[in-house]
Amino acid sequence: MPTLDNPLPLLRVRGVGKRYGDRVALEDASFELWPGEVMAVVGESGSGKTTLLNAIAARNRPDVGQVEFLGRDGQLQDIYTMSQAQQRLLGRTDWGFVHQNAADGLRMDVSAGANVGERLMGLGERHYGQLRSTAQEWLARVEIDAARIDDTPRTFSGGMRQRLQIARNLVTSPRLVFMDEPTSGLDVSVQARLLDMLRQLTRQMQLAVVIVTHDLAVARLLAHRMMVMQRGCVVEAGLTDQVLDDPQHPYTQLLVSSVLQP
Amino acid sequence: MMLQMKQVSKRFTLHHQNGAELQVLNQVDMSVSAGECVVLDGPSGMGKSTLLKLMYANYRATSGQIEVQQADGRLLELTQASPRELVRMRRDTMGYVSQFLRVIPRVSALDVVAEPLIEDGAEQAPAIEAAREQARAWLTRLRIPEGLWHLPPATFSGGEQQRINIARNMIKPRPILLLDEPTASLDAANTQTVIDLIQEAVARGAALVGIFHDAHVGAAVATRRLDVAQFRSST
Repeated sequence: MPTLDNPLPLLRVRGVGKRYGDRVALEDASFELWPGEVMAVVGESGSGKTTLLNAIAARNRPDVGQVEFLGRDGQLQDIYTMSQAQQRLLGRTDWGFVHQNAADGLRMDVSAGANVGERLMGLGERHYGQLRSTAQEWLARVEIDAARIDDTPRTFSGGMRQRLQIARNLVTSPRLVFMDEPTSGLDVSVQARLLDMLRQLTRQMQLAVVIVTHDLAVARLLAHRMMVMQRGCVVEAGLTDQVLDDPQHPYTQLLVSSVLQP
Repeated sequence: MMLQMKQVSKRFTLHHQNGAELQVLNQVDMSVSAGECVVLDGPSGMGKSTLLKLMYANYRATSGQIEVQQADGRLLELTQASPRELVRMRRDTMGYVSQFLRVIPRVSALDVVAEPLIEDGAEQAPAIEAAREQARAWLTRLRIPEGLWHLPPATFSGGEQQRINIARNMIKPRPILLLDEPTASLDAANTQTVIDLIQEAVARGAALVGIFHDAHVGAAVATRRLDVAQFRSST
């Protein structure tokens, strides 16, 4: 739940845009995200939501605009003026990135335990017993049987892989997590378990999250607020239930009326 | 004054029905004070639910201002507030009991009810146990059989879900409470319990606004009545 005590947002995005040749992929996106806030970005394929996510997660530099992150020193810093080493450090400490396809976010040929421990090792943790017990703790939190700690994710089901990817990202207690369609491609029952877990973890850890999804029910369950994108532009933003229950923009009205009871 | 609406209008524009415009409420001026239960009257379709949803910032006003006296003493103008201010306003200041429970997959009835008492980010075991203890008292009072407490409410009957919803949204004693037909599918005994709960909330100084399909419930809880038809647009 967002608090009002911080004078500065965790993430400040101003006038971000991106073109590919003549095609405008993203135009003039601006928002602020605060600690503990979960924001969903919705829209159909090609609406620019993944372009936005990659631009704000330092994965694909925008042509224009600014993306600033609140460092542990209390200063907002432009993520694209940081050195690559600083960006990498951010990427494995204060940030997490959960990919749609778990194989893109996991190392498929090393054990589940090593997948969870890797970010900690990157931060200098070398004590094997400590790494292993932290990995065990995290496997339990994402409901993966401790007996599977030495198995590789290749032997895991889709839902287990996704839960492992989440554990791998959250083990360093990041402050901001980006998620790209984390539940799509999973069976409905598997989705429910994952959603429940994400909901609990974001609340317990006070995570700020930007989650890209095309599923309005996922947005309703997880997100405090929502941004709707169409053809590279943000056409509507607000509290999740405002946008879903009282959509103002023609595209949002179409989106909401096209699904059954989000 | 806990809540004040100033010249609030609500118009829906239906872009995919040839841009049809529905003017539901026109220039609403009203206020609610601590210790009041204002019952909204008027035929269905008059905009009673719309009025409650505007107060909760679930619907966005087309024009006008909605001021809320928050639990921390600060005044918040809902039509200009940021999402995080609204989230906090709902967490600390304003509860809303709708007719239907929005089910959370896999979460037990007990935890659905206890959740509003558990501060985010501060989920220590003693705090969770204290919240569950209160939740058990609410479930007992609302006659939810103990055998159901540890099950997710998705499969519960309409009346059971409604009582879970009442418990979830009343367990934290917020200064403002909005009620949209909270007794619609309850039997006589449970309806009486809800009347008692509402009267207790008024007695502790909460400001309530409610819609009650059942005339005797409205009569039992109202300290003032307001006819929403007066806010109906003439156009």
